[in-house]
Amino acid sequence: MSETASLLVLAACLAAAIIRPRWAPDWLVAAGGGLLLVLLGMLAPLAAGSALNGLAPTVGFLAALLLLADGCRRAGLFEALGAVMAWGSRGRARRLLAMVFLTGAGTTAVLSLDATVVLLTPIVFVTAASLPTNPRPHVYACSHLANTASLLLPVSNLTNLLAFQASGLSFTRFGGLMLVPWLAALGVEWVVVSRMFAADLQRQTAPAAVAERPAQVPRFAVCTLGATLAGFAVSSLVGVAPVWIAAAGATALALHQRPAPRELLAAAEPAFLVFVLGLGVVVRAAGAHGLSAAVDSLIPHGAALTSLLAIAAVSAALANLVNNLPATLILLPVVARLGSGPVLAMLLGVNIGPNLTYVGSLATLLWRRVVHAHDARTDIGEFTRLGAITVPAALVASTLALWLALQVI
Amino acid sequence: MRALVWIGENTWEACVDQARALLPRQAAITLLHVAAGDIEEVVAGARLARLGRPPAPPREPLDAVSAEEARALLAAAQARLGRPANLIARRGRVEREVVAACTDSDLLLLARDGGDRVGPRSLGPRTRYVVDHAPCAVLLIWPRAPSAGSPVPRPRH
Repeated sequence: MSETASLLVLAACLAAAIIRPRWAPDWLVAAGGGLLLVLLGMLAPLAAGSALNGLAPTVGFLAALLLLADGCRRAGLFEALGAVMAWGSRGRARRLLAMVFLTGAGTTAVLSLDATVVLLTPIVFVTAASLPTNPRPHVYACSHLANTASLLLPVSNLTNLLAFQASGLSFTRFGGLMLVPWLAALGVEWVVVSRMFAADLQRQTAPAAVAERPAQVPRFAVCTLGATLAGFAVSSLVGVAPVWIAAAGATALALHQRPAPRELLAAAEPAFLVFVLGLGVVVRAAGAHGLSAAVDSLIPHGAALTSLLAIAAVSAALANLVNNLPATLILLPVVARLGSGPVLAMLLGVNIGPNLTYVGSLATLLWRRVVHAHDARTDIGEFTRLGAITVPAALVASTLALWLALQVI
Repeated sequence: MRALVWIGENTWEACVDQARALLPRQAAITLLHVAAGDIEEVVAGARLARLGRPPAPPREPLDAVSAEEARALLAAAQARLGRPANLIARRGRVEREVVAACTDSDLLLLARDGGDRVGPRSLGPRTRYVVDHAPCAVLLIWPRAPSAGSPVPRPRH
C-alpha cells in the first residue's frame, strides 16, 4: 500500500514536471506530495527532515551557481563568446566546430549544462547562421556537449552536485578523477560529429569574410569566474566548503552589477529549488518503500571494470526513461554505499545518457510528440542517429577512462 | 524552361555561377533556400530536458534569425546571378521541401556536398534523397573543380 502510494506521488511529480499543467505547477506537486506522504504516515517526519537536511547544502550551492551564471549573462559573456567563436573560426566550418567544442566544453564544465543549453546554444545558432555554413553540426554538437561535457566538475551539472555531496570526494579529487573520462567522452563526440557531418564541414567554394577580433570581453565577469574556479581548487586545502566560494563569486558579480533584488531572486529560481527539495523527499519515501531495494538488485556491487560499465549502463537507461535528476536521486543512495568509483560511474550514465533524445528523456519525448502530433515539419532522425552512435561509445570510453583513473589516482 | 536552383549555405556561389554559365538566356530561374526545422527544434527541445524549470523562450526568436539569414543569402545569390529570378524561402524537412518545390520545374540545379574528391559519398543524405526523388531533370554540379586524375577503381572481377 505505502509502496504504491509513494510511487504514485513520484509519478505525479514527474508528470507535473513533464506536462507542466497550469493548474498544478511541478514545485507545488513535489512539495505537496512530500507533505502528503508525511501526513499519511508513509514517511517519518524525522526521515523527511533528514532528507531535507541532506539536500539543503546542495540546493544552496545550486542557487549560488545559478546566480553566478546569471551574472555572467548580464555581463554579456555569452555574446562575447559568440564573437570569439566567429573570430576564431576564420570563416571555416571545421574551425568553427572546433571553437564550438572549446566554448561548449568550457562553458558546461564551469557554468553548468544549464548555461550551455539556455544561453550558449542559441548564440551558437545565431553565430553559425551568420556565417556561410550549415548550422546543423554546430548546434547538434553544442546540444550534445551540454550533457557530455558536464562530467568534469561538481558544478558542471546538478547531478554531479548531488553526487559530490554524497560521495565525500574533495572538489579537486572529483575533477582529477573525471578529467580523463571527460576528455574521452569529448574525443568520441568530436570524432563522430566531424565524420557524420563531413560534407557540411567541407571548405566553402569561396573563403568567407573573417569576423573582426571581438572588442568587448566582460573582464570583471571573466576574472570573477577565474577566481571562483581557483577558489574551488584550493577550497579543500584551506578547509572551506566550495559552496562559500560559489557564494562569494555570485556576490562579487551582484555587487559589481547591482541588479534589482527582484531580478536576483528570479535568477536563483526559487520554484526550481523547492521542486528539488520536494522531489528529494518523495524519492526518499519511495526508496524506503521498496524502490531502493529494487535498484539495489539491478546494480552490481563492486568497483571492477565490468561493474562500473553495468552501473553506467543502468544509470543511462534510467536517465533516459525519467530524466536525469530523478534518476540520480533514485540511484544515489544505493551507489553511494559502494564507494566513489560507482558514484562517478553512475554520473557518467546519467550525464551522457540523455543525449539519446534531444529533450532529455523518453517520457518528455513522448509528451512532446503527443503535443506536436500535427506538426510533421521537423525530422530529428539525424539527431537520434548521432545519439545512438555517440552515447554507447562515449559511455564505454569514459567508463574505461574512469576505471584507469581510479587505479592511478 | 523553368529552372530551380537550390541554394545551400556551403555551396551557393558555385550553384549560381553554374546557373549563369549553363542555363539558357530565356530560362525562368527560381532560387530556392530551405531552412531546416530540426535545428531550431533541437535548440528549443534541449530546454525541456531541464525538469522543473520554466520553459523560457530564447531571447532571440530562432525562426526570425534563420528567416533573416535566408533572405540575405537569397539576395546575395540574386546579385551574383545578375539576372531576374524568382526567390523562394521555405522551412521544414529540407529534402522534402526541395522535392516539393520542383514539381512545376523542368530542371533542378544543385551542388554535390562540398569537397572536390571524386567518388562515393559526394552526396550527403539530403542531397541523395533529392536526386532520388526529384520529378524533373537534375543538373548536379561540383562546388569546386574535382581533383584531376582521381582514378576510377578497377572492377573486382
